[in-house]
Amino acid sequence: MVEQVFRAVPDMAAVAPATSRASGLVGPSGPRPRRTFSRRNIFIYGTLFVVAIYYLLPLYVMVVTSLKGMPEIRLGNIFSPPVEITFEPWVKAWSTACTGLNCDGLSRGFWNSVRITVPSVFLSIAIASVNGYALANWRFKGAEIFFTVLVVGAFIPYQVMLYPVVIVLREIGLYGSLWGLVLVHTIFGMPILTLLFRNYFASLPEELFKAARVDGAGFWTIYLRIMLPMSLPIFVVAVILQVTGIWNDFLFGVVYTKPDTYPMTVQLNNIVNAVQGVKEYNVNMAATLLTGLVPLVIYFVSGKLFVRGIAAGAVKG
Amino acid sequence: MTPMHAGRPFRLFRNLNAKIASIPMILTALVIFVGGTAWTVFYSFTNSKLLPRASFVGFDQYERLWATPRWLVAVENLAIYGVCTLVFSLVIGFLLAALMDQKIRFENTFRTIFLYPFALSFIVTGLAWQWILNPNFGIQQVVRNLGWESFTFDPLYNADIVIYGILIAGLWQGTGLIMCLMLAGLRGIDGDIWKAARVDGIPTWKTYVFIVIPMMRPVLVTTLVIIASGIVKVYDLVVAQTSGGPGIASEVPAKYVYNYMFLAQNLGQGFAASTMMLLSVVIVVVPWAYLEFGGKRRHG
Repeated sequence: MVEQVFRAVPDMAAVAPATSRASGLVGPSGPRPRRTFSRRNIFIYGTLFVVAIYYLLPLYVMVVTSLKGMPEIRLGNIFSPPVEITFEPWVKAWSTACTGLNCDGLSRGFWNSVRITVPSVFLSIAIASVNGYALANWRFKGAEIFFTVLVVGAFIPYQVMLYPVVIVLREIGLYGSLWGLVLVHTIFGMPILTLLFRNYFASLPEELFKAARVDGAGFWTIYLRIMLPMSLPIFVVAVILQVTGIWNDFLFGVVYTKPDTYPMTVQLNNIVNAVQGVKEYNVNMAATLLTGLVPLVIYFVSGKLFVRGIAAGAVKG
Repeated sequence: MTPMHAGRPFRLFRNLNAKIASIPMILTALVIFVGGTAWTVFYSFTNSKLLPRASFVGFDQYERLWATPRWLVAVENLAIYGVCTLVFSLVIGFLLAALMDQKIRFENTFRTIFLYPFALSFIVTGLAWQWILNPNFGIQQVVRNLGWESFTFDPLYNADIVIYGILIAGLWQGTGLIMCLMLAGLRGIDGDIWKAARVDGIPTWKTYVFIVIPMMRPVLVTTLVIIASGIVKVYDLVVAQTSGGPGIASEVPAKYVYNYMFLAQNLGQGFAASTMMLLSVVIVVVPWAYLEFGGKRRHG
């Protein structure tokens, strides 16, 4: 039985980086005579290198701009590294940048985003994983119909449902509050997460589930004792998906919260695109980087898991 | 629990835990997705202003919508943005994936670089490119400082080409994902196919075009759906990069809806515009769903 479990789990490794392909190649062994500077190689690496520069350029420009003083920005060009490195823009962006009348910087938006993201991620994954488990292992009549509606619903533009959700939130008294936004993220994260979990649980060997049932385990026992411990990778993937998605959200934040509870993205946009006042490009870029930092850190830390997650979710879905 | 005595449990209570666990899904599907959509379509035929009111005006809102220059600009922009995004991200994504699939070194480094913009929000993307495309400090000024005084590259301040400025940022953010999906697709193809093609002396590009790409159909379809559903949603990017300007030159439907619903207090217009967005999605998704799922069922 253990083997079966292991065979089922590394299913996602198919889309993992292909070092395995090069090393597992069957054929003539030993080092292949290879010219490093063949025309083909120059073309491949040259193209990839140029494209890589295009992708890195904005990040580089943001970083150098945020480390310059305003006089240097006015005189120099955006690509030149800072002559005199200053961290003042970062401090200012974090603690004193103004949106309208509030001048307490991006820190407020940051903490709002934390207070929105953490419960949203927890709640949406808890609900969707149990739901996916019910759909995969405890099918009941009509379940597939609701699930189909849910998945098809994921294609409906959010704009169509914006106002009805406003009404629902107003009816239950959560309109404008952080918890209202948490509920919205839970609702709109449900299709993709439920799909992800349902497919994953369905790929686990059914004998496992049957054996547990014969031993007398019920719905929740099987979920908590068997499914949950076996599904750590998919939970990590779901967390990555949700944290980046919710942190980066703008539309729901701007519609369902008030200026006091604006998430970081909304506040960032208000700071940078403010009409009044002198534009401080270095502060703007520092603020932009601060907002992008959380998903970037997650991306660089999780690395392959991030890639596997979106590839598995997308290709299977 | 009286039915229990009858020997068979009452049907509604059978598998009760699974049903309880599915309540959030059922509520979301019925109340928000079905109910909310029906509600919006229903009220798009009323002349609701500040609050939804059930006084019907037939297709008036739609007639007004299609007579509003702002909406026409938004639709045109979305069409240009959509077609360009579709073509460029598919082509660039596939070419990059094909290059990455040549057993190159530093593959992980390259992939990390190509994909990191995807982790960033559209707001961050838009603001970064707003700064780079700023005519007084950005690329235009740098090139002018090099001596080419008449060089002009200010897409965000030129109403005719502003949507292409947004396209540059959008492609920067999204092509990494497409590349990854395509790469997964390429890796999913049996290596024996390549060997067979080489034995038969088929040139590489022909193998790609006539053998590999047709074999990647499922991945391509998925990619297409992902790109298409992202296009209709484009909103944050425009808000961050241009706020719809200069003038109304870079308006998009999603922004039109938001403006009329929450800023201009003209709910009916907002509902009509969002119903049009829904319609455009239906036109794209229904044939796809029919081909994908209707076809499968017929084959068994």
